[in-house]
Amino acid sequence: MAQEILKSLKAALWFMFLTFPIMVIKVNTVYKTIEWRWMNMIFIGVGIFVGSFIWRWLLNRKDRPVAKKDFVPVSTRVQAYLAENPMAKRALQGVLLAALLCFPIFMDAYQINIFTVALMYIVLGLGLNIVVGLAGLLDLGYVAFYAVGAYTYALLNTTFGLSFWLVLPIGGALAAIFGILLGFPVLRLRGDYLAIVTLGFGEIIRLVLENWNDFSHGPSGIAGIDKPDFFGLELNLNQMTDAIYYMMVAFTIITIFFVGRLQNSRIGRAWLALREDEIACQAMGVGRTRTKLMAFALGATWAGLMGVVFAAKTTFINPASFTFLESAIILSIVVLGGMGSIPGVILGALIMILLPEYMRSFSEYRMIVFGGAMVLMMVFRPQGLVSNFRRKYSFHGVDERLGG
Amino acid sequence: MDYFLELFLGGLTRGSIYALIALGYTMVYGIVQLINFAHGEIYMIGAFTALIIASVLTILGLNSIAILVIATAAAIVYSSAYGYTVEKIAYKPLRNAPRLSPLISAIGMSIFLQNYVLLAQTSDFLPFPRLIPEFAFMEPVSHIFSSAELVIVSTTMIVMVLLTLFIKFTNIGKAMRATAQDKTMALLIGIDVDRVISVTFIIGSSLAALGGVLIANHIGQINFYIGFIAGIKAFTAAVLGGIGSIPGAVLGALILGWTESFATGYVSSDYEDVFAFALLVLILIFRPAGLLGKAETKKV
Repeated sequence: MAQEILKSLKAALWFMFLTFPIMVIKVNTVYKTIEWRWMNMIFIGVGIFVGSFIWRWLLNRKDRPVAKKDFVPVSTRVQAYLAENPMAKRALQGVLLAALLCFPIFMDAYQINIFTVALMYIVLGLGLNIVVGLAGLLDLGYVAFYAVGAYTYALLNTTFGLSFWLVLPIGGALAAIFGILLGFPVLRLRGDYLAIVTLGFGEIIRLVLENWNDFSHGPSGIAGIDKPDFFGLELNLNQMTDAIYYMMVAFTIITIFFVGRLQNSRIGRAWLALREDEIACQAMGVGRTRTKLMAFALGATWAGLMGVVFAAKTTFINPASFTFLESAIILSIVVLGGMGSIPGVILGALIMILLPEYMRSFSEYRMIVFGGAMVLMMVFRPQGLVSNFRRKYSFHGVDERLGG
Repeated sequence: MDYFLELFLGGLTRGSIYALIALGYTMVYGIVQLINFAHGEIYMIGAFTALIIASVLTILGLNSIAILVIATAAAIVYSSAYGYTVEKIAYKPLRNAPRLSPLISAIGMSIFLQNYVLLAQTSDFLPFPRLIPEFAFMEPVSHIFSSAELVIVSTTMIVMVLLTLFIKFTNIGKAMRATAQDKTMALLIGIDVDRVISVTFIIGSSLAALGGVLIANHIGQINFYIGFIAGIKAFTAAVLGGIGSIPGAVLGALILGWTESFATGYVSSDYEDVFAFALLVLILIFRPAGLLGKAETKKV
């Protein structure tokens, strides 16, 4: 025990030293004054002292092999139960759907707007989940496809007056084409190279949008984009908010259905196989090029569709909405929720988008918490909050006849 | 001709800075096969530490050479400490995890460190004091090549030579090469692999800190976000030269520096970063192993 305390004490002292210049000293370069914030050092010391006990305890727990074998996470147990009892699953889906549909009746426009955004991130997360979670290709430039969709609608609408519903498929298709264009050259690259190239691609798209004034109106962006049209109805602002919300609910349900079916389809299983072992997969006759391009194209499609919705919802877009930060947020939704798991991504999006909205005072700490959570998640729970539940096919008949 | 020479020397300066950062990427990659996304942030923290220490010392009223030496030393010490700690927290527990895990952990670390500096200090650009003096003998050429640029280029060259000698002849340098070749075998013949990895992170981080101080002094202002773009560009340089190869990183950095310098000088300055990324994409398509890298043949 004394040894443990000593270890924590050492860690605390180390971090107090480490954070000294940045946390304690604050120089005002204009007035040439120094502010010494010694309280910060005490907070760090105490925080690390306590934190390092928890850190070591968690590390030990993770390494214990016995506990790992018997322990079935709650999320897996719930998913297994739902998979075995279709009635319970239907009931749960019904309750959730009813709650979603009734939501606007009880809430004001502000709340509905936040929820609409959360739903958009669910769809974006599910799209990225195809690429990262299922196919195992780390895409850090996902926001580029989102931008492609948004600018497609913005430009086609403001210059040619094309309607939302017409551009929606065009935006999705164009994003898919961009996905293939990006996917093609990088197919041969391994995971980490791929990450950096997609990151570069995302930045190129943003920089081009920012600098090509004749095409994209540069940093000032495009304003006055039409809201979507719903059967020619004249809607006031509140009704429009409700309408977009319901549209997003429909969109989310379609996406969940689509991605769910995709996951268990031939191509979905090919993605999982490719993620696990590329060479074995090719030996089994799964085409690497086709499968990977499909993942890129389908993932990009959802981003493109959401881009169109985003442009129509906000009626104003500029390149500042499509920075790397946005890609990082969508990626952390997928990582925190659980790569490859649909309920995980939904939970991740709700936590990441709703929590900072409802805890306003906490919102400036949002990104630091995301970053920290990504590290902690990878160290202690790489499978995410809701681990991917792999459907197992088993044949019980034989076991019973043989007596166990 | 003067314009060409100016661009050439500007590219050389840029390339030298990229080289200092790129070495950290390449050395870490050579040994643990991980893209240390947080490396750009280590560089940023180095620049920030130097700025803070230099400002405090300026207010206390030291002379500028003493400030330069102390601030640079502090930047190197703190950056190495951060590099070491980041490795222990975010990468070491994941050494046997699937490849994607440490990569995501590194991105998380990068976001964390950026926002840590943002919250603890400020989001504004801070003016960085001019610490490198103007040399009298540089007067005739100072319109195309400043004293600060001379210091950057010569420091980089000296560091490169020292690093090469270190890796070639010292025991720990030999251990590093052995670990890069085969980690398991290195462990079997009694090399403390954990220590080698720590030393690699420390060396890489101190080079990044040196780069941070030099560039901040050259450009004159820094903020919490400088590490991101610098990190990607240095990584591009490392990939260009062949990741894992030390001379490759330097060559790649110089090519990248010149490409950017000439492209912005003769084509358009709006697309400065686009050239770097485009070069990265092209290199990865046509020569994924880099200019000096060896193509890996994977055995099954």
